[in-house]
Amino acid sequence: MARMSGVRADAVAKVPNFEEIRTAGAAIRDRVLSNLDAYLFQFEQAAQARGVIVHWAETGTDVNRIVRDIAQQNGVKKIIKSKSMLGEESSLNHYLQEAGLDVRETDLGEYILQISGETPSHIIAPAIHKSKEDVGELFERVHQMPRKHTIPEMCREARMMLRPHFLSADMGISGANFLIAETGSVVIVTNEGNGRMTTTMPRIHVAITGIEKVIPTLEDLSVLLRLLTRSATGQATSNYISMLTGVRGPNDSDGPEQMHVVIVDNHRTELLASDMREALRCIRCGACMNHCPVYEVIGGHTYGWVYPGPIGSVLTPSYVGLEKAGELPNASTLCGACAVVCPVKIPLPDLMRKLREKSFERKLRPASERLSMRLWGYVAARPKLYALATKLGARMLQWMGGEDKLIHKLPGGLKEWTNGRDMPAPSGKTFRELYAEKKAVGK
Amino acid sequence: MRVALFVTCLVDLFRPSVGFASIKLLEAAGCEVVVPEGQTCCGQPGYNSGDRASAQAVARRVLQDFAAYEYVVAPSGSCAGMIKTHYPELFKDDPAALEQALWLAKRTYELTDFLVNVAKAKAVSASFKGSVTYHDSCSGLRELGVQSQPRALLQAAGVPVKEMANAATCCGFGGTFAVKLGDISSAMAEKKCAGALATGADAIAGGDLGCLLSIEGRLRRRGDDKTKVIHVAELLAGPE
Ligand code: SF4
Repeated sequence: MARMSGVRADAVAKVPNFEEIRTAGAAIRDRVLSNLDAYLFQFEQAAQARGVIVHWAETGTDVNRIVRDIAQQNGVKKIIKSKSMLGEESSLNHYLQEAGLDVRETDLGEYILQISGETPSHIIAPAIHKSKEDVGELFERVHQMPRKHTIPEMCREARMMLRPHFLSADMGISGANFLIAETGSVVIVTNEGNGRMTTTMPRIHVAITGIEKVIPTLEDLSVLLRLLTRSATGQATSNYISMLTGVRGPNDSDGPEQMHVVIVDNHRTELLASDMREALRCIRCGACMNHCPVYEVIGGHTYGWVYPGPIGSVLTPSYVGLEKAGELPNASTLCGACAVVCPVKIPLPDLMRKLREKSFERKLRPASERLSMRLWGYVAARPKLYALATKLGARMLQWMGGEDKLIHKLPGGLKEWTNGRDMPAPSGKTFRELYAEKKAVGK
Repeated sequence: MRVALFVTCLVDLFRPSVGFASIKLLEAAGCEVVVPEGQTCCGQPGYNSGDRASAQAVARRVLQDFAAYEYVVAPSGSCAGMIKTHYPELFKDDPAALEQALWLAKRTYELTDFLVNVAKAKAVSASFKGSVTYHDSCSGLRELGVQSQPRALLQAAGVPVKEMANAATCCGFGGTFAVKLGDISSAMAEKKCAGALATGADAIAGGDLGCLLSIEGRLRRRGDDKTKVIHVAELLAGPE
């Protein structure tokens, strides 16, 4: 992660007005969110005018059904896929495979995960938890080819294994980084050529994306692209930016015969109507996780669902329910590193704090925790009582510290502190007491 | 200049010497220092745990107790940050309290920031002999912009600072985070310690006692009993 945060810093330093661009980016996203229905309608009209079929999916289940129906109605057997977060949200791969379809991931990272049967740990570097050696060993076993030791050799091998699938697939599924309302275009930002092949080689292309991904104009796209790639990988621009606008025309040499865009809600309208709307500004750059010291320690899988890192701690409880993911917003020191780098200025720590308040109000936190907070609040708002409690506390902690003045084991609700560290013990009297003594002597 | 010292709950309970050191530094910079009696805590534990009601109850006392002073100074970026950047949010639905909160926010400073930018402290000396590496606490750094101030004071006092690569990375303390998710918290403290020790400095200094307790606790647990962990106020004020 240190490497990924370093490259962002270098890339940002080369753009003197990066802060202004961030402000502009956040404003574009806010404008979209305040007029989402209008921009989606405009997109639909523009896309339809270019022969695109637009589908609306309320839930993940709807996404799966819509995609399966498109496949079955068109006699599709083999599907190639490039990255789709929405596909992850609804476990689309699994569903299509159950329906008897042959689905191949083509992003290198996703491909590695598919053949090893794992789930992604990072939104733009899904296999970042695997080492070069892990992948070499996996390829040797699955591809039944001699062991490769360098990354270029492994890439070449993966490309060779994937090529026949690109050539024989009937349908390509992709996500979309942006939908452009004025032109009806689907924009895909990638670093591997697979996105372009997935969306143009098979006769059918299906793009799946969330309702919040629409932006008004190409002008707006240029602002957001400058933020996205620098924040994500430190690149001034990514290797490929595809603007897919309509089906193959009579004079076009490539492109799909059929193009579908599936636009998904999946709890986004709830988030839009809540006091946490800023979360929908997200352009999925991954910077917040690259700079998160908690993510660095626990890795992406611990976040339990599609989106890891700080943005995951905000989106997951909002999308799958606070009851199911209530620990996530607490899994942060609120250090603020994420908010400083987020290209669209999402106040991630504030949003996590709001979720903490919601789970406290809804009594989703353990009773012991709620009780101790209430007790603390009661005592700390009463100075005399507080002075007494801390006087006793200071002595007790001093006694627990013993000779080496270190507490090796704290009790009860404090015990996790001493799992991996000691607690330096106080000297026995509070500042309040010592200060009063000093003043008395002074007089 | 009349300054009210916000001692902070951790300094009150765990390391009173930081409070006395702060008084000494402020007085040396020409301030008259008052320690309002009723003070307890800024309310952050409740605020960050989602217990807004308790946080408000505690914060209301602070609004009251510190209403009458020209400046309020805390030897902690975290508590000063709570008052300065979060009280206005905490009282956004209570116009009368909000007005008081905004007024208090204007007058509240983190200690080193106040010494450098308001009191313009000149003659700083330190009795500490040796080099330090400085840990930037998150709230001070990112909410209040405290980064050059402590370094300027250390430089003025002739204390060499050996920068660690991860000076601005969170140490894992995070208030109640340290007891709710202790293993993650300790693992983060370990990374901080590793970065600090790699500099070869004789001491790790910082401006927030919470971070320092966590860092020192981790250092001692990993068997290091010689590297000192010290609050910048203690370091600059010298022994009692
Ligand atoms: S929340 Fe911000 S930093 Fe994180 S992925 Fe989204 S846009 Fe990037």
